[in-house]
Amino acid sequence: MNCTKCKTKAVIDLPRHNAAFCTPCFTTYVHEQTAYAIKHQRMFGPEDRILVAVSGGKDSLALWDILLKLGYKADALYVDLGIPGYSAKSREKVERFTERVARPHGATLQIHTVQEEEGAGIKELSNLVHRPTCATCGTIKRYQFNKAAVEQEYDVMATGHNLDDEAARLLGNVLHWQEEYLDKQSPILPASVEGFAKKVKPLYRLAERELAAYAVLNKIDYIVEECPMAKGSMMLLYKEALNRLETESPGTKHRFYFGFLDKQALRQGSGQAGATAPQSMAEKDRASLHPCSTCGQPTTGAICSYCKMMARSRLSSSSARRPS
Amino acid sequence: MKVQLSHPERTVEIKGPKKARELLRELNLVQEAHLVIRGDELITEDELLKDGDQVEIRPVISGGSL
Ligand code: SF4
Ligand SMILES: [Zn+2]
Ligand SMILES: [Zn+2]
Repeated sequence: MNCTKCKTKAVIDLPRHNAAFCTPCFTTYVHEQTAYAIKHQRMFGPEDRILVAVSGGKDSLALWDILLKLGYKADALYVDLGIPGYSAKSREKVERFTERVARPHGATLQIHTVQEEEGAGIKELSNLVHRPTCATCGTIKRYQFNKAAVEQEYDVMATGHNLDDEAARLLGNVLHWQEEYLDKQSPILPASVEGFAKKVKPLYRLAERELAAYAVLNKIDYIVEECPMAKGSMMLLYKEALNRLETESPGTKHRFYFGFLDKQALRQGSGQAGATAPQSMAEKDRASLHPCSTCGQPTTGAICSYCKMMARSRLSSSSARRPS
Repeated sequence: MKVQLSHPERTVEIKGPKKARELLRELNLVQEAHLVIRGDELITEDELLKDGDQVEIRPVISGGSL
């Protein structure tokens, strides 16, 4: 199979685009798709400071790599969850990538260690607060990324969510008719109120397989293993189902998610995807949010879910220590 | 050929020659969720794999959420 563009030997075929690419042409394709996403959705400009959420996986490291190569000012934050046998390995991948690729571009890495800052690893914390590990993890990550972005005055926070992530999430939300979540499913979430960073997903046009291929072809050493907590997650099941459909009928994921975005833009009264889509949500947020009485970050309750969780964990760890 | 698989990590011996596409089908794996790597090079689905090749089939799907 030869490259659709330059006719040399191809290394990857993309059935959904009816194309195949050699390494340089594929890298160009990935960069162009990302650059288009950034401009089309007005995610950020060349002078903005971006904070990338990195995990050591292919998507977030590819995102950091692409943004730096496109000339953007992108630093990264890694949250070390303290998962035995997994966190140390993923952290090492992130640190190595920083040394090899990011630092030469003048970018920096920050590390937040849950064990040090929250006083216990993620598993122990979730036991203390009686919540599933992934829910605890999500609360901590969302909180810490937002906090870092706001406090250090980054213009925007970027995550490595790809087309598969968004299509799978959409499928889950549709299957359960979670309309309030459907409203929020957009490649950009504006900084709705003071204290909330703007969040963007520059990779939403690229399939997961394309990002893995980008990492392999650009010698990005990422952690191939899954976080052990992801085993059996519904997200994986939705992705599997969508990939079965995609293999039989290329372009299914793209049509599903992009069709949704088009309808969302129409419903919200504008043909311009992204620019106005999350507006109504921003207004709703503004009406119901106020500063957390403990930490000052915006929340709908009196205390934010992070502070609530940390209070509960302190309570149960001190009662556990008391002799009964 | 030696074929390295993940989840769980294992190596299986498969008789060649065989196209990458046929190998995936034989192992009941969908193309959209995997990359086929020979040695350390990514290859397309129509590439012919021979006995003696070192092949890795790498899953590309991850399930985390943020
Ligand atoms: S799988 Fe769960 S615990 Fe692991 S990183 Fe994802 S959300 Fe966190
Ligand atoms: Zn080419
Ligand atoms: Zn708080």
